[in-house]
Amino acid sequence: MQLAAARGIITQRMNTKKTEQLTIAGRTFNSRLLVGTGKYRNLEETRAAIEASGAEIVTVAIRRTNIGQNQNEPNLLDVISPEKFTILPNTAGCYDAESAIRTCQLARELLDGQRLVKLEVLGDEKTLYPDITETLKAAETLISDGFDVMVYTTDDPVIAKRLESLGCIAVMPLAAPIGSGLGIRNPYNIRTIIENASVPILVDAGVGTASDAAIAMELGCDGVLMNTAIAEAKDPVLMASAMKKAIEAGREAFLAGRMPRRAYASASSPLDGRFF
Amino acid sequence: MQINLNGKPCQVEGVKTVQDLLERLELKGKLAVEINQEIVPRSHFQTHPVKPNDKIEIVHAIGGG
Repeated sequence: MQLAAARGIITQRMNTKKTEQLTIAGRTFNSRLLVGTGKYRNLEETRAAIEASGAEIVTVAIRRTNIGQNQNEPNLLDVISPEKFTILPNTAGCYDAESAIRTCQLARELLDGQRLVKLEVLGDEKTLYPDITETLKAAETLISDGFDVMVYTTDDPVIAKRLESLGCIAVMPLAAPIGSGLGIRNPYNIRTIIENASVPILVDAGVGTASDAAIAMELGCDGVLMNTAIAEAKDPVLMASAMKKAIEAGREAFLAGRMPRRAYASASSPLDGRFF
Repeated sequence: MQINLNGKPCQVEGVKTVQDLLERLELKGKLAVEINQEIVPRSHFQTHPVKPNDKIEIVHAIGGG
């Protein structure tokens, strides 16, 4: 009887584990941490940090090749193999819909017809805040052209919902400006976005350290995308490992359901049975 | 002939197709090519012509977030 109950618990846990996978554009992932590949000292550090992070989705930028430079130098995609990782090309650096669309088209060709892209259209160099008008325009065109669009946006619940309605397969509000490491500046908006959503919501940008990632997951995010928090840590590989744990801890805490906050104490040891 | 390659004027001789150009530039690995803002699919590299004054972009994946 006890054994049967124990088996039940194990099966239940396994089921939870199974449903615990993140689904993006029909593909399932065990890791809810998505990482960028920018700002590392070299490709070996990039490789080691990504391995330590356990991430399965890895972002890359699309840029001009260096004509005339040593072509025998290892390429990023030699280190981060598309066979092993889901490569998520971004449109970083694009300030209008047109250049973002061109970048996605080149990325699709580069990655043998892959439709998954991360759309970001920036509006301002100081804040790197998204230009929402251009983002909406680009999203609409890309979706009608068959792309699976994961979209970087502000933490505005109305815009997040609109991007979902357009057909974006994941909406990724910023926690704070890109590369700022300021953490979740507006947890209430992130929570509202999650409550309203029927597509995965991932915090993209602004995470500074492991606790920030855990907070994002505790709010109920489906995942977190980060780059600078790992790459600019003194020890990126160790921070990547910390982020992996923070994402898992935050997710489990969210699923577990936190205790209510109280203004005053509530004794943990029973008051009954005291002999003093 | 003169072409515009990755934003810079460039003089190339004996280049008829995209494949010729890539070989001349000794470019290998995963890359994508756009000529005058039109994507050239990899399957067309051997046949797609390179003409004088073409604006050619050759891109690859690099580190980014």
